[in-house]
Amino acid sequence: MSPLSGYLLLSAVLFSIGLSGALTRRNAIIVLIGIELMLNAANLNFIAFWHYSPHPEMLTGVMFVIFSIGIAAAEAAVGLSIIVAVYRHFRTTDLDKISFLKG
Amino acid sequence: MTISFLLLAAITIIGTAAAMSLKNAVHCVLALTLGLVGLAALYLQLGAQFIGLTQILVYVGAVAILAVFAIMMTRNRNQETASTESGSFRLSGTLTALLLFAVLAWAIFTGISPQALGGAQPEASVHEVGVALMQRFVLPLEIIGVLLTAALIGAGVLAIEEKEGNQ
Repeated sequence: MSPLSGYLLLSAVLFSIGLSGALTRRNAIIVLIGIELMLNAANLNFIAFWHYSPHPEMLTGVMFVIFSIGIAAAEAAVGLSIIVAVYRHFRTTDLDKISFLKG
Repeated sequence: MTISFLLLAAITIIGTAAAMSLKNAVHCVLALTLGLVGLAALYLQLGAQFIGLTQILVYVGAVAILAVFAIMMTRNRNQETASTESGSFRLSGTLTALLLFAVLAWAIFTGISPQALGGAQPEASVHEVGVALMQRFVLPLEIIGVLLTAALIGAGVLAIEEKEGNQ
């Protein structure tokens, strides 16, 4: 197994862990953390491909990850403040109990 | 496939798996920081200095603290234990993740051609990254500045206390 596929496999494991957390947990904050984990798995892929690419001096993968981290930070801030606003209305962050749009 | 890679990968997987499986939400965030520190060390090992340090600053420093604050602000005394997830729901979610992992692993083992691997050890030092950010990537940098400002204002507007009248 080449080193690159080791990193890609780790990234796939991280993505699956994040996906399973986002699908099975019912606390909205933990679901958001699962989504952050999936973003991090994508970032690891970018860095691994950049490291083993034929032209690493172009820094494309590194730049992509910098902007991806910036967007993930914005997403976390807005997501958590939405959760705080939802909590103020429903007095809970349990996603099963927030079901006003259900028919 | 060195020892250090295996060690860091184990730390990362253990931390993130614990973050997604522990009952207490605060414990989840603490386990998440462990996993993210492992990931930052992997970035440093891959030669991406700036990314590794940014990972620690942004995720371990800011996002984890933000998540802990959100947990503290949304804590219910009579709802300490999370609602019992139904068994079929948990099973289907885990099965979906496992299937996805199987597909990804299959793609990794069949799709990579070994001759693409270069023997060089590239380094993205902070100096190089800064020069590139100020020259080739200056437009995305400005755009992400605008995005972060909008996110800051939006998060403040969303989380601000509502008036008594429009409740």
